[in-house]
Amino acid sequence: MALKQVSPTDEFIKGLWRDNPVFIQVLGMCPALAVSNTAINALAMGLATTFVLLMAGLSVSLLRSFIPREARIVSYICIIATFVTCVDYAIMAISIELHRALGAFIALIVVNCLILGRAEAFASKNNPGRALLDGLGMGVGFTFALFFIGVVREILGSGTLFGVDMFPDGFQTWTVMVLPSGGFFAMAMWLLVVNWIRQREGGAEKQANERSREVAS
Amino acid sequence: MARLSKYLEIGSSPHVTDGTSTDVIMLNVFLALLPVTAFAIYAFGSGAALVIMVATVSCVLTEHWLCRWTGKPSTIGDWSVAITGLLYGLILPPDLPLWMVFVGGVFGVAVAKFLFGGLGMNAFNAALVGRAFLQAAFPQPMTHWQMPFAEGRFEHIPTSVLAMPFWEPTYDAVTTATPLALMKFEGQFAAGRELMAGLTSGSVGETCGVLILLGGIYLVARKMMNWRIPASIFLTVAAMTWAFQLYDPVTYPGPVFMLFSGGLMLGAVFMATDMVASPITNAGCWLYGMLIGLLVVVIRFWGGMPEGVMYAILLANAVSPHIDRLIQPRVFGTGRGSR
Repeated sequence: MALKQVSPTDEFIKGLWRDNPVFIQVLGMCPALAVSNTAINALAMGLATTFVLLMAGLSVSLLRSFIPREARIVSYICIIATFVTCVDYAIMAISIELHRALGAFIALIVVNCLILGRAEAFASKNNPGRALLDGLGMGVGFTFALFFIGVVREILGSGTLFGVDMFPDGFQTWTVMVLPSGGFFAMAMWLLVVNWIRQREGGAEKQANERSREVAS
Repeated sequence: MARLSKYLEIGSSPHVTDGTSTDVIMLNVFLALLPVTAFAIYAFGSGAALVIMVATVSCVLTEHWLCRWTGKPSTIGDWSVAITGLLYGLILPPDLPLWMVFVGGVFGVAVAKFLFGGLGMNAFNAALVGRAFLQAAFPQPMTHWQMPFAEGRFEHIPTSVLAMPFWEPTYDAVTTATPLALMKFEGQFAAGRELMAGLTSGSVGETCGVLILLGGIYLVARKMMNWRIPASIFLTVAAMTWAFQLYDPVTYPGPVFMLFSGGLMLGAVFMATDMVASPITNAGCWLYGMLIGLLVVVIRFWGGMPEGVMYAILLANAVSPHIDRLIQPRVFGTGRGSR
């Protein structure tokens, strides 16, 4: 199980940037594109997914020696579905409007490949502490990514942010950004930015490595 | 060829060309579009002139800056992007705010052309993608039609055209409905003569069917356009409309109305014939045209929007590589009868 000694902070940090679920792994696209039309929807979906990620990660990690290999996917889905049902009722209790806005996508967290992916690839091979940190990092990274997409879509598509008007009267809203195609545009735009930064980072790292090699030799 | 070279020159086909290059073809397309553009400015006045100008400039600038930004030589010299810009200007409403014209031009060239690899690689017609984006982003300004031949159209620029960037336009010009909207929502059919002469309202350059046809005939005569595509579109639309009109003459208009209303003429002659986004083989072109004709009739008769030429052509663009795969000419010496 000890693949490589990674510090606990690194387990948390990697989900934020280096292995960001949306911008780098491109997982969980269905909610990322479908319910990111406003910042609030995006945040709510992100937090709901984070909760499920945390709890599913913890449970899978605790039960990892009891779950038979042959039936592991079924077991994971049962565990995940349990927590999704909790989230579903919780959101309904907090705000029925939000529940209506998110619609079927709350139930669809069950089949979010990000959660199943973390359960299969990480939680089933690591101790509960690490699984919790990993789930938290991935969840926060997912929430951030959705929030960024949602902010762009809400400002351009409705001229508001968190429902508050951002512009004086007469702002021309870009209807397309509220439509599903707007999700693809905003997502593509952020991917462009992220990849651009990563390329610059990579270039800087390479230069630093070369410099240190020169110094060493 | 006269002088024997010291080296054996090896090149890939084609070895025999007729000497036409991209810029020669584009110059001829420009000549073919000249009467349409002139009529558009005459009919809609200074607003249309500004829209066409900004459309062309936005497309050319986008291509130039993207080439510079990615460290490639600028490709605006072959005039293809200028023609894209001119065509894009001709399919916009005449009183569209200039900042929207600019946004659509940038989107069309950057996303539909440059991201796919530039000239010769675009899967979709860049001008139509720009318009489709505007249609989805700004539905109200994109379905707002200025009255043609209004008084004082040359001296007075419509206020909507000069709207502040990112702000909603205000309208002061006299507006009217397009013939297709009248058909869809009021059940009225405009007379064929008015449609052919361009006396009705519509996008900047789509109103005068006769001039568009003349431009198309010029290009066909210069062998710079595959006549099968427009012919196939016209035949399909005419045949389907004729059949429906026989069935119910009150609900469905006649073939002349369908052929000369909306963007069908401009779309069939100048958009569907985009050399890159249309099929290669002649049989493929017939099939492609039939698909566009079928989609146009279906969208116009039963769709939610009055006009469907733009979406019909974009959908057919998407299908055209598959048409090319479906209808592959037999390679010489293979297939039937070969051993």
